[in-house]
Amino acid sequence: MRLTLHIWRQRNAQEKGRMVRYEVPNVNQDMSFLEMLDVLNEDLIAKGEEPVAFDHDCREGICGMCGFMINGVAHGPLRGTTVCQLHMRHFRDGQELYLEPWRARAFPVMRDLVVNRSAFDRLIAAGGFISVSTGSAPDGNAILVPKENCDRAMDAAACIGCGACVAMCPNASASLFMGAKISHLGLLPQGRPERDKRVVAMVSQSIAEKFGSCTNIGECEAVCPKEIRLEVIARMNRDFLRATWTGRGVSRDEAEQVSNNSLAESRR
Amino acid sequence: MSSAAVAPLHRAVRFYAAPIGKKAVMAITGVILFGYVVGHLLGNLQIYAADHDQINRYAAFLHDPGRATLLWGVRALLLLSVVAHITASVQLWVLKREARPIGYVKKDDVPAAYAARTMLWSGPIIAAFIIFHILHLTAGSVLPLQEIAPNQPDVRANVISGFQHPAVALFYIVAMLLLCLHLYHGVWSMFQSMGVSHPRYTTGLKRFAAICAIAIAAGNISIPIAVMTGLLSN
Ligand code: HEM
Ligand code: FES
Repeated sequence: MRLTLHIWRQRNAQEKGRMVRYEVPNVNQDMSFLEMLDVLNEDLIAKGEEPVAFDHDCREGICGMCGFMINGVAHGPLRGTTVCQLHMRHFRDGQELYLEPWRARAFPVMRDLVVNRSAFDRLIAAGGFISVSTGSAPDGNAILVPKENCDRAMDAAACIGCGACVAMCPNASASLFMGAKISHLGLLPQGRPERDKRVVAMVSQSIAEKFGSCTNIGECEAVCPKEIRLEVIARMNRDFLRATWTGRGVSRDEAEQVSNNSLAESRR
Repeated sequence: MSSAAVAPLHRAVRFYAAPIGKKAVMAITGVILFGYVVGHLLGNLQIYAADHDQINRYAAFLHDPGRATLLWGVRALLLLSVVAHITASVQLWVLKREARPIGYVKKDDVPAAYAARTMLWSGPIIAAFIIFHILHLTAGSVLPLQEIAPNQPDVRANVISGFQHPAVALFYIVAMLLLCLHLYHGVWSMFQSMGVSHPRYTTGLKRFAAICAIAIAAGNISIPIAVMTGLLSN
């Protein structure tokens, strides 16, 4: 089959990019979307042009590296799938496709379809972990976990951090990502003690990263390759409201600082 | 690390500084406005009572000078809610614009999210409607109002004569359709914003929101339609 692609080309973070039109005449329907781009790139290299840069690693849908917009939908038209696992049989001969990088202030474009997602790493560093004192691993069944919580924690833990939720969200909010981490950890006994601290830290980090606010639209849920549900966001909201109510989740020094900063912020 | 409880004032500041806090304010003020809209609908439907004085007696009851403090207390609470609701929505809108300075050349939407995406349109139009509605039936600046006695408006006559103007009736109908859209998303959204969501009752909550939204719009819209078709007349 034959495809027309309009791809965002941008040499570096500073340059202003633009859409460029390409014809791909010999697409095999068994190729994955990334393999189709590999074919285009070989063509471009043979012609002495710059190949299209895109992120990828495992190509098995488990690492979270790949991802861009196809006709305005993160990871393309197939639900619950990353672009590396999206096959060309889901497209029609002669179709025109627009490929664009994730768009969010927190995800600056580095080159073509590649964006910098370090903001996600900083969100995790802020609170998306549990503090463990090292030692020998505890016995597997020493801590009992209700089956339902276990399943829901697993569902949330399926998040691969690709950023599709932010890209698709009309508000460029990172709520589905944060909610997934908060639910994954908070549903398990090991993660519960740091619940308050975690949500307060992650929420304030997301404000600093200039992610938008969630308005419960649900486009993130629709494109998430791991089909993470909006319920994780409600859980984050609940944890945040609880931490606010009790005033917990902030260390003594931070308490001073947070209050001073936010007071200054609110005066501005 | 030792944890400290943050002082209440600072806690409130921290709360409102976060988008989640602003959404919670929208949800709580939304519940107040929703409760008012439900109560208002029940009041309005009395126009269908076989006893034509029913709705006027209800109006006189609300306007009873003995209860003026209560009336003005409720009005103040509603005004405060509207102001807080709109303030938070504007602040979130600013945040949204800052979060994606460069938009997409092509962007698709999830069709089911239509009501959610149009909250920022339905909201302001409903606000304009509220102002018009108060000028029309409370202040009497649009059409002259009739009174039976001081503090006893002839609500039945005023509503019927108002809706005999097609433009007025049409604006009420359009505003109620937008309110339906607003509540269709909003009533579910407030549960989500307050953290009430669980696989077991999410579908139920969404159905509840849809039923409330449709019932409120249908109930209110029936009145201008009844007047225009002549089912309700003086
Ligand atoms: C009859 C009056 C109104 C009622 C009953 C009402 C109710 C609600 C409710 C329950 C919510 C959900 C809160 C949440 O996000 O959790 C909401 C959201 C919202 N309302 Fe209203 N509202 C009213 C008027 C307005 C007005 C006048 C505006 C004007 C700006 C407005 C703008 C919004 C916006 C922007 C949202 C957030 C949408 C979102 O969640 O994406 N509303 N409203
Ligand atoms: S390349 Fe690893 S998920 Fe697509």
